[in-house]
Amino acid sequence: MSRVLLGHGGGGSLMQELIAGEFAALYSDRALLADDAARLELPQGPLAFSSDGYVVQPLEFAGGDIGRLAVVGTANDLAMVGARPLHLSVSLILEEGLPLALLRRLVASMAAAARQCGLTIVTGDTKVVERGKADGVFITTSGIGVCQSPGAIGPAAMAPGDQLLLSGDLGRHGLAILAARHGLELDPPVATDCAPLWPQVEALLQAGITLHALRDLTRGGLGSALLELAAVSGCDLWLDEQALSLAPGVESCCRLLGLDPLHLANEGRFVLALPADQAVAAAAILAPGGGRWIGEVRAGTGAAVQVRLRTCLGSQRLLAPFSGELLPRIC
Amino acid sequence: MNEAWTVMEVCGGQTQAILRWGLDQLLPDGMELVHGPGCPVCVTPAACIDQALQLALQEPVILCSYGDMLRVPGSPRPQGCGDLLQARAGGGDVRLITSPWQALELARQQPERQVVLLAVGFETTAPATALVVLQACRLGVANLTLLQAHVRVVPAMEAVLAAAGNRVQGFLAAGHVAAVMGSAELEQLVRRWRIPVVISGFEPQELLAALELCQQLLSAGTPRLINAYGRVVRPAGNGEAQVLMRRVFAPADGPWRGLGAIRSGVLRLRPAYRHLDAVGRFGLGDSGNGEAQTGSGAPDPGPPCHAAAVLQGRCRPSDCPSFGSACTPQNPLGAPMVSSEGACAAYYRYRR
Repeated sequence: MSRVLLGHGGGGSLMQELIAGEFAALYSDRALLADDAARLELPQGPLAFSSDGYVVQPLEFAGGDIGRLAVVGTANDLAMVGARPLHLSVSLILEEGLPLALLRRLVASMAAAARQCGLTIVTGDTKVVERGKADGVFITTSGIGVCQSPGAIGPAAMAPGDQLLLSGDLGRHGLAILAARHGLELDPPVATDCAPLWPQVEALLQAGITLHALRDLTRGGLGSALLELAAVSGCDLWLDEQALSLAPGVESCCRLLGLDPLHLANEGRFVLALPADQAVAAAAILAPGGGRWIGEVRAGTGAAVQVRLRTCLGSQRLLAPFSGELLPRIC
Repeated sequence: MNEAWTVMEVCGGQTQAILRWGLDQLLPDGMELVHGPGCPVCVTPAACIDQALQLALQEPVILCSYGDMLRVPGSPRPQGCGDLLQARAGGGDVRLITSPWQALELARQQPERQVVLLAVGFETTAPATALVVLQACRLGVANLTLLQAHVRVVPAMEAVLAAAGNRVQGFLAAGHVAAVMGSAELEQLVRRWRIPVVISGFEPQELLAALELCQQLLSAGTPRLINAYGRVVRPAGNGEAQVLMRRVFAPADGPWRGLGAIRSGVLRLRPAYRHLDAVGRFGLGDSGNGEAQTGSGAPDPGPPCHAAAVLQGRCRPSDCPSFGSACTPQNPLGAPMVSSEGACAAYYRYRR
């Protein structure tokens, strides 16, 4: 590899290689880099800190826009370490010629999303670059939150026997973006699932649920999140494919285009691993949002950890790996 | 059941579904499935990809193709642009399209650019390409050309049967190709080779039902054609699509990546449309028989590749010593590993 490929930003194996090979060794704390947000043990108490850049095209799509995504996405990263999102910075890079009406819509959308997430936007920066030097709008948000979980949440705590729950259906955000980008006219239309995750995480914490691992399913989807959890925990993961739910239109569209719904991006879903004796209680808390049990953690058996799926026919297969680039197939 | 039968599913979409659903784990003892050459992306000659890579880096060119073509590597080379995604990262204007009409639209919108449509596929996609060719001529669009590698399925099935060491005793035929071409070509194949053929769909239950029918024909020793995909396939096929294809293309002998030259195995533009051939327009030289074979029999010192044997159903992807080690979807040695619909890629995804 001598150049950066688009796939390096796709949340799959290419991105993992880039981070491991080019960044991790040079940064201060490898352990903190591995999670969605860093948990900082300050003298005043644990604080969560996260940052994320947003470059999605098109800027507006079914059910959302880049502004909403930039606020909700970083808030969700904080929620994934058990933190209540508090404050956000917003850094805008605008392309010369951007219609002001569009910018106003995006800013209004960010303000509404911040209210919905219960956080405030407290600082920011705005730069304008020459036409052609950016793609309309790029947004970077950084957020801080206060950790409300008793201890750090991380896949190292996962153990054989743990159960896996998923907070809702799969694939809507990825498909909404793909449809908008390639001019696919989906019927029924599929809208993004972009939504704040903290309310569900907070409900779990308040019920005293022990969270062994939490991951929001963004780029690379459920599949990449599970492959990552398996790799970090050293455990095999077994999924019941029938337990995974797909919104109307998502399944048929995936079959038509040859896409794996397990690798489509989501912006309002998370997967969690927890001790078996708490799975029923946690599933009941997540059920109103479509959450349910999807599988379990088992001791690793082979040379490499595996994520296996049981199909509805009783056969099995491995979860397909994902490089980072979703390409519709030819026929 | 005591009889042992070897059945080949021809289409890459079916291979993918079989591995995706683990259908081979559900077969009765003695029934073996081998996987056929029906992945158009896999069998596109490396020389054609090389030409696309060369064009993609030329200043006025916008190179358009379908998603999974963008990551198919060309001929092995020491360094540089291996596939179209890398060509794009290197500055080439490579566009992902989902319909060939988008290439025509692009050419009309940007008359100062040269739009090249890398068009591949079986009889399923060739009619749409033909329609775009006719429309481009009708509208007098001068800046659209084709780099095309359309191929025909039934001649490849014949090549499998004719190959030394063939083990295939029955076929599941590709449902979507039959939906276009009808059953006539397959009837001829059955008569000529006295082999049972069942036209199958792509859903797991359709594949299992088609396999059961094929097994019954084999057990009874009554080779014939059964259409088990009647909800889509009519005996006459899609007449309009056939007319379009015949108007623009003519069958010719030509190369399949991994299989070599196949008699009547490819479609070439008829002389009236040759001015739309990118090979001529850009002076690329004939991709015809100059296929740089990746692995598959070429006496090179690199890791072994059993692509040709896999494409002919003579060996299973996981039997190849390079499978999953020297050969992966990121670094494919042979044709069936290059596309998501290839047999080796399907094994890698679901059986590593």
